[in-house]
Amino acid sequence: MSFPLLTATAVLPAVGAIATAAVPAARRTAAKWLALLVSLATLALAIVVLVRFDPDGDRYQLTESHAWIKAFGVRYELGVDGIAVALVALTALLIPFIILAGWHDADPLETGSRRWRPTQGFFALILAVEAMVIISFEATDVFVFYIFFEAMLIPMYFLIGGFGDRAHEHGEKAAATQRSYAAVKFLLYNLVGGLIMLAAVIGVYVVAGNFSLQEIAQARADGSLHMATSTERWLFLGFFFAFAVKAPLWPLHTWLPNAMGEATAPVAVLITAVVDKVGTFAMLRFCLQLFPEASKWATPVILVLALISIIYGALLAVGQRDIKRLVAYASISHFGFIIMGIFAMTSQGQSGATLYMVNHGISTAALMLVAGFLISRRGSRLIADYGGVQKVAPVLAGTFLIGGLATLSLPGLAPFVSEFLVLVGTFTRYPAIGIIATFGIVLAALYTLVLYQRTMTGPVKAEVAKMPDLRVRELVVVAPLVVLLIFLGVYPKPVTDIVNPAVRQTMSDVHQTDPKPEVEAAK
Amino acid sequence: MNAENLIALLIAAPLLGAAVLLVGGRRLDAVGHWVGTLLSAASFVIGVILFADLLGKDAEHRTLTQHLFSWIPVEGFQADVAFRLDQLSMTFVLLITGVGSLIHLYSIGYMEHDERRRRFFGYLNLFLAAMLLLVLADNYLLLYVGWEGVGLASYLLIGFWQHKPSAATAAKKAFLVNRVGDMGLSIAIMLMFTTFGTFAFGPLLGTHAEPGLAGGASEGKLTAIALMLLLAACGKSAQVPLQSWLGDAMEGPTPVSALIHAATMVTAGVYLIVRSAAIFNAAPDAQLVVTVVGAVTLLFGAIVGCAKDDIKKALAGSTMSQIGYMVLAAGLGPIGYVFAIMHLVTHGFFKAGLFLGAGSVMHGMNDEVDMRKYGGLRTYMPVTFITFGLGYLAIIGFPGLSGFFSKDKIIEAAFAKGGTEGWILGGAALLGAAITAYYMTRVMLMTFFGEKRWQPDENGNEPHPHESPRVMTIPMIVLAVGSVFGGAIFGIGDRFLHWLEPVTGHSHGDSPVSALTVTLATVVVLVIGGAIAYAQYGRRPVPAVAPRGSLLTRAARRDLLQDDFNHVVLVRGGEHLTRSLVYVDHTLVDGVVNGTAAGFGGLSGRLRRVQNGFARSYAVSMFGGVALLIAATLLMRAV
Amino acid sequence: MNPVNYLYLAALLFTIGATGVLIRRNAIVVFMCIELMLNACNLAFVTFSRMHGNLDGQIIAFFTMVVAAAEVVVGLAIIVSLFRTRHSASVDDASLMKL
Repeated sequence: MSFPLLTATAVLPAVGAIATAAVPAARRTAAKWLALLVSLATLALAIVVLVRFDPDGDRYQLTESHAWIKAFGVRYELGVDGIAVALVALTALLIPFIILAGWHDADPLETGSRRWRPTQGFFALILAVEAMVIISFEATDVFVFYIFFEAMLIPMYFLIGGFGDRAHEHGEKAAATQRSYAAVKFLLYNLVGGLIMLAAVIGVYVVAGNFSLQEIAQARADGSLHMATSTERWLFLGFFFAFAVKAPLWPLHTWLPNAMGEATAPVAVLITAVVDKVGTFAMLRFCLQLFPEASKWATPVILVLALISIIYGALLAVGQRDIKRLVAYASISHFGFIIMGIFAMTSQGQSGATLYMVNHGISTAALMLVAGFLISRRGSRLIADYGGVQKVAPVLAGTFLIGGLATLSLPGLAPFVSEFLVLVGTFTRYPAIGIIATFGIVLAALYTLVLYQRTMTGPVKAEVAKMPDLRVRELVVVAPLVVLLIFLGVYPKPVTDIVNPAVRQTMSDVHQTDPKPEVEAAK
Repeated sequence: MNAENLIALLIAAPLLGAAVLLVGGRRLDAVGHWVGTLLSAASFVIGVILFADLLGKDAEHRTLTQHLFSWIPVEGFQADVAFRLDQLSMTFVLLITGVGSLIHLYSIGYMEHDERRRRFFGYLNLFLAAMLLLVLADNYLLLYVGWEGVGLASYLLIGFWQHKPSAATAAKKAFLVNRVGDMGLSIAIMLMFTTFGTFAFGPLLGTHAEPGLAGGASEGKLTAIALMLLLAACGKSAQVPLQSWLGDAMEGPTPVSALIHAATMVTAGVYLIVRSAAIFNAAPDAQLVVTVVGAVTLLFGAIVGCAKDDIKKALAGSTMSQIGYMVLAAGLGPIGYVFAIMHLVTHGFFKAGLFLGAGSVMHGMNDEVDMRKYGGLRTYMPVTFITFGLGYLAIIGFPGLSGFFSKDKIIEAAFAKGGTEGWILGGAALLGAAITAYYMTRVMLMTFFGEKRWQPDENGNEPHPHESPRVMTIPMIVLAVGSVFGGAIFGIGDRFLHWLEPVTGHSHGDSPVSALTVTLATVVVLVIGGAIAYAQYGRRPVPAVAPRGSLLTRAARRDLLQDDFNHVVLVRGGEHLTRSLVYVDHTLVDGVVNGTAAGFGGLSGRLRRVQNGFARSYAVSMFGGVALLIAATLLMRAV
Repeated sequence: MNPVNYLYLAALLFTIGATGVLIRRNAIVVFMCIELMLNACNLAFVTFSRMHGNLDGQIIAFFTMVVAAAEVVVGLAIIVSLFRTRHSASVDDASLMKL
């Protein structure tokens, strides 16, 4: 038997989490370094996975399969396709930056505060989330996926509820109240989604007799497993609901601004760039593969909801007064694009959506982490409390601008490629929706530039006059992200090469082909 | 070495400059401006080498392509990083790098006292790279990268003095209005992709010898594509209805206004239309819209230019108007394409020269921009006066100077469109020429003639007008020379026409009026316009405070109320919309969720009361339950 | 004598017991009423045993007695200790699961 590489990518951070938690309370710094090293080792493993993965090979590679609960036909099955491998790599890539950016976020508070801040716990929880997210990307057994899809709520709950910003305009008590509200809201939303999904998971077992994605998809494809139309639709809705909560899709989005607003910036990145990706990924992997006909049936409604997300998220971002909530609403708009690309059912749309997941992870991380550095300097999340930062901290402002430009999908930066692919992919099949979605790019420019203008330009406010520029640790976090944004904007081929074959497979799962160009069709 | 391989170097040189200057940090402060200028000049030299190479080939084979790498390869979708250098892009390359290098040189002097000069040069180099990418791209998507790249550079440079809120606002406005145009471009590309399956120039537009796919689609589709391209052009080239950003863009340093907002970037829309000639030629309805937009803008810009007292804003109005001429010409189809580009090049010379002159005046006047506080400057700044004067003569179309050759051709072409449209468009162009003569004469008289009108400012600093240093005057002199002779070099013997014809095609059309008549009419209207201005501003002293003016003047000062309209409809409306949406999100969407939560909370509160701890009440419920069960059982039996 | 009459008697006793449990507060009386209900059940069991001619009912009656005896032991102990701490034998006083 070969070395279980995929299991290792998840076990390593899990063991790392336990080890980090076990570091004695006094050795705080050691725990941080341990967590960082573990996340880097995981990244190395993910790179090995990436290298070992052959884009032109089988659909699922590096597979592992062991019997687990025989009575229910549950198997511990792992395997990655091009889409999963890209997302595993993204997750492994972002976690070291998240850890490094949150280096001091869980330090004990200064004098006067009694609140206990378990530093070890913070980093252990981050690693735990990483482990669960990675295994969710790798699981090809519906049951295994479900378990980790739900289990990651637990560490996320504690990360949101336990560690907030160091300062709050209404004092520590108000902050604690809002934090726990946000954490509970996050948990309840996702639990409801998960509960409905559980019913659908059981339904799948009842219909198919096992949980194996590959077997069921195979049986669906060759016709040996027949599902009544209504059954398929109900099961699809059960799965989709959970993923739409996690993604989040309008109108199930309201937990995200609260959660991202109250959590520290690195945790906010963890939510939107890593955890939420499981939702959109699962739409591609489970909804489309298990329920191709129902997916097509639901497409019009989902596309309209995605379109509403795009415009609505962007409009609300314009109206925000809080930097982090603004980024959260921008993310809602971006998730709208991702979901639109998935359900447009064209190669361009789905490749674009996958690429979008990767790029959005990087761009949001860049913007949000710099925003976090900014907030930690001034101790306020309100846009109105800033002004003229550009003058005192040009590097910070510059990286913030690049993050912002990536968010508004400036050509030359990575998100442009994916956004344009999604738009083109949607447009070829649904021109009206594609055109309305294009308004999103104007609104994106509006909220980003207004944010930049209000915080970074204008006369220097007295409170920010002494603000230090980025420190070395912070530069180490931001610079690689910026380089990646530019590199993937100019040369996205490495990613598209991995993703394309998987998308081709997905397209054939749903029995769709791209519309032919009009001129060619006429011939 | 093949000439093709040099194309990428054209872009690489300024891009390298931008990267080095922006990442390099303070260490480069001392040499940064020279690095930027040299790399820009290097690009110009490469351009000249390529130009010589093209001239050495025969006219039909002057297209070089360079394929670098596959950019976005996705199933059924192919975008490459590939460049195309033909006569059209060559013209632009020389204009951009040539004028660009001169303005780099000028900026060394102009920005001497700015502590962020290195960064300024970094942005300028970034602009050059993006602009070159725009004109050299071999497909529309890569062109889009350059298109937004110049938008970004423009954003950064307009807002260069970010500490001024007005500059930051103007920069944001420019970017946003441009984004609306960009939306048009991206929809056009999407339409091309669904219609033709490609958006690369080669297969789509074809060549003269073999037409591309563009002719194969239905006219409706082509009209839609063309109109979307026009929307993009309107955004970038400040044409009505997306013109409102250009006036505000004058918040940027003057060299920026000269390079980006006069000579090069704002003409990108004209490039786009001329480049897409194959599409526009097959969509006559769209062409009509293009000409209307051009005609409206050329009058709009001219009227605004008449009323502004800010020298840069007056020139901005003029830029808008002149680009209106180019767009009008481009809309005329093969009759006008060549002249649109020719006017674009000559305009690049004289308008850049005029802006540099204005910058030189401001440099000597403590950055005062109000022309009512100038007056009689010709004796203080002789070089500026002469170069500005030559630019002035060129723009109004004084016979023999460059503007005369190019503008006259456009007016001729407008009449040659034929029919009522021809008369209307030609008439509008003639009227525009008269107004141009009026407002430019006004600028000239208010700035350089009459009595001195400047006063000490609040701090008691009185301006001491002085000539600018050599590093600034040399570019002005070079541009003035170009303004004087450019038209003659291009126009006499139709040299420019023969150079561009293989790319754009050309037809003469038949004009209802003879070329001589048009030329005479042009000269007559320019004399009339100049004379009126002289009567108003030359013979009478200019009041230092602007009179209230007629209704039209007041409207024109406010950019014919477009900003007010935008403010009321878009800004206010948008604010209300977002505010109400925030409210809706909080109360309605979130309210449903919180309401559900509260509902469950309330329900459990009620249910909790049942658990009162009294053993006997539990006993009652037990008995009741048992009784119910028994009753139900019996009932079932009975049924 | 018709065995059904014993069933009527059992039902009567049960009802008296149930009513007592529901309306009396004194723990001792409640306790006695519970015993009354148990014995009513016993009587019913024995009667059924007799009617159907097998011994199952009688055996269950014995079980019930054993359980009832055990219950008396525990129950009385609880009541006595409650009375000692609260000086009251009312069941309503013990509505919280603490003292």
